[in-house]
Amino acid sequence: MSQRQIIQVFQEYQKSRLHFVQTVADLASRPQNIEILHNAGAMAMLRALLLDVVPSIQQAAAVALGRLANYSAEMAEAVVKEDILPLLVHSLGLQNRLYKKAAAFVLRAVAKHSTGLSSAVVSCGGLDAMVICLEEFDPLVKEAAATTLGFIARHSATLTQSVVDAGAIPLLVMCLREPEMALKRTAAATISDICKHTPELTQMVVECGTITHLVQMINSPDTKLKRQVFSALSQISKHTVTMAEMVIEAEVLPAAVACLKHPDDHVRMNVASLMKEIVKHTPELSQVIVNSGGLAAVIDYLAECRGDLRLPGILMLGYVAAHSEKLAMAVVLSKGLPQLTLCLSQEHDHHIKASTAWAISQIGGHTTQHANAVAKAGLLPKLLQLYMNTGSSEDLQIKAKTALNSILQRCTDLPSLQPLLFDAPSNILKHVVCQFSKVLPHDSLARRIFVTSGGLAKVQEIKAKSDSALQKYIRVINDCFPEEVVRYYSPGYSEILLEKVEDYEPEISKLK
Amino acid sequence: MAQLLKMKSKGLKEFRQQYLLRNSQAEEKRWQEHQAATCIQSWFRACKVHAYIRHLHKKAIIIQKIWRGFTARARFRQMVKEAYFIMKMNFYEEMAVRIQRRWRGFYVRKYVHNFYARKNYLAEVSWKNKVIRSGLDELEELQKRERDCLDVIKEQTNKVYQAHRLHHLLSTKQRPGIFNSPFRPGPHETELLLRQVKYHRPTRLTPSGKTCLLGIPDSTAPSLASPGRNILGTCSSRPILPPIASKKQMLLGVQKQPGEVWEQCVRCPDLMRLQSSYAHLEEAKHQLQQYKSMNIDNGMLFEQYTDAHMQN
Repeated sequence: MSQRQIIQVFQEYQKSRLHFVQTVADLASRPQNIEILHNAGAMAMLRALLLDVVPSIQQAAAVALGRLANYSAEMAEAVVKEDILPLLVHSLGLQNRLYKKAAAFVLRAVAKHSTGLSSAVVSCGGLDAMVICLEEFDPLVKEAAATTLGFIARHSATLTQSVVDAGAIPLLVMCLREPEMALKRTAAATISDICKHTPELTQMVVECGTITHLVQMINSPDTKLKRQVFSALSQISKHTVTMAEMVIEAEVLPAAVACLKHPDDHVRMNVASLMKEIVKHTPELSQVIVNSGGLAAVIDYLAECRGDLRLPGILMLGYVAAHSEKLAMAVVLSKGLPQLTLCLSQEHDHHIKASTAWAISQIGGHTTQHANAVAKAGLLPKLLQLYMNTGSSEDLQIKAKTALNSILQRCTDLPSLQPLLFDAPSNILKHVVCQFSKVLPHDSLARRIFVTSGGLAKVQEIKAKSDSALQKYIRVINDCFPEEVVRYYSPGYSEILLEKVEDYEPEISKLK
Repeated sequence: MAQLLKMKSKGLKEFRQQYLLRNSQAEEKRWQEHQAATCIQSWFRACKVHAYIRHLHKKAIIIQKIWRGFTARARFRQMVKEAYFIMKMNFYEEMAVRIQRRWRGFYVRKYVHNFYARKNYLAEVSWKNKVIRSGLDELEELQKRERDCLDVIKEQTNKVYQAHRLHHLLSTKQRPGIFNSPFRPGPHETELLLRQVKYHRPTRLTPSGKTCLLGIPDSTAPSLASPGRNILGTCSSRPILPPIASKKQMLLGVQKQPGEVWEQCVRCPDLMRLQSSYAHLEEAKHQLQQYKSMNIDNGMLFEQYTDAHMQN
């Protein structure tokens, strides 16, 4: 046989291999084919083809494997079991960019499912491979590598530590400065995933000057990028006071407040979480945010969104109010209480209601003025209902009870306390009656209203153990009124009067 | 003498007896007397010593009395001084407490829990909130307007694209088109669009490229000010180059009616002379002017050039 014929045989074989791999890759892009492919043993074949001489076959095989692993966790497990990952990784440094992209895609598809799979990726040297990919020039390769690192970092702190140890952070920060939007997005998402675990990791991220780059990207028009940027900033600022201060010094606030009116929900939610993380630390930081009008913006944000999106806003208001009474008063003045009332009535999720109750207790717990403001907003009956409702979760009941306790001990607004007299259980009733006993001795108009609105009658009906605090308060209240009035309103008085009428015998002589 | 004689007579025996008796008595009594003497002497010595000690005691008492009085008085003086000092200190402390109380009240009221500062701060927070709320409302409106603008432009481009695709439904003199039904009071807007749209041979580019539709006159776009155009320009991420001019326009540079060139060629044959002399351009101009002055009632060309002359 001549040389040409022999070479033709090899060429045909190569063509058929290429055709096979490309078809498998196309089939794998449809979910219904994947099970069939797996049962037919595609994994082992693709593994063999990964070591092929021709680069395009290697790339196509890698792409097919990536699509297979992407489908579900079991497929990814199968990929790992076949020892494919070390093969991908070991020759990565020498290959061209298409192979790197395909390999990064496979690693990403494997790492995204669970912690075990991610640690498998890490243990076979996937991190160094990804770092090599990040040093490439092609933005698509960098994007694939950044996504993989993001998926690995998402699962646990130890994995993130290993990612950082591989020296990925300066490369990710460089990715942030690239002009391609998709690359910026993935880099920001990865940074956000890295920073969410521990302060040390965040420290290392911040030392590379990430904050300035992130802040520069806030003004870009791309919505998804804004989402990731704000999420990254909020993860950075949540750990320590210094980092929150650094974020504030980078002049995030005016842009962040403006972004609270962005049409996209997640952008607004991430801005609200950023503000919440900053506000958590110290009163000075909360004051910075309040001074720049953040409260108004967050309250308007609460008005416009529903459901779980409200949670960061509510928590932010709670943290601001918790620091000092001046800030709590600022929250009240920015029309925070009507908004929180709406939140309580509109939301059905128990954890959101619980956080609203907590925020209300932080606002109302400082002084009489605050407690009166809370009472005037009509929140006390609602809180009582939440506490009494047997359908509420335990957390909700506990928070409602603490809120009621802290507010009732300071509230002097009697008209709003009065409905509570009728419905409350004894441990809440104690506080209500205590408040009445504090205010009634001094205010005669309040006494009159108390009598005419039936409050005195209700107080008489309360049966309390003698020598309990409740009995003491009841006695103090009874002492504020003349005896006849107290007797008139005591239960069963009409019966006594009627009995007196029956027993009375008129002197007939006098009548004549 | 008598006694001596008595003694000699009676005998020595009695003397000896008496002598022995008295000696023995003396001997017996010697020890007692000795003891007695010792006793008396010791007692006397005791008295002496006792008297001495009494004397000493008395003097010691006097000394101690004086000394104790001295020290007690010194101590008392010290105690008085201390009590005086304590009284003074109490007084000072009380006065200091009064000063500190006033100062702390002043300081706390002025700097720490300043009521007026708090009031001002809360008023400023409310004002700032109002400002921010109005600013945010304006921003939202602006964004909404931008989005509406974009939507309108998209809709309009869509309509124009549809008009391009349906150019064949334009109504003619013979036959009114679908959008220009005789039963309608006036033509449909699509009909108007069809009338305005210029037919381009379809290219491979998708209509989202605005370049194909640049032939549309400005009147089709609704009264959008330049911001609309700018947004149009900034929305596309890749800059779209203007279309390559058609061959006709490239050659002539000025849009000419179809028959013009032929007319020119027919009427001014001299202009097609070969460029052999260096002054041929001036000669050609001359000839053209002569030709024009001869044919006064020629069409546009003449008017154009005379207008140019007038301006010169």
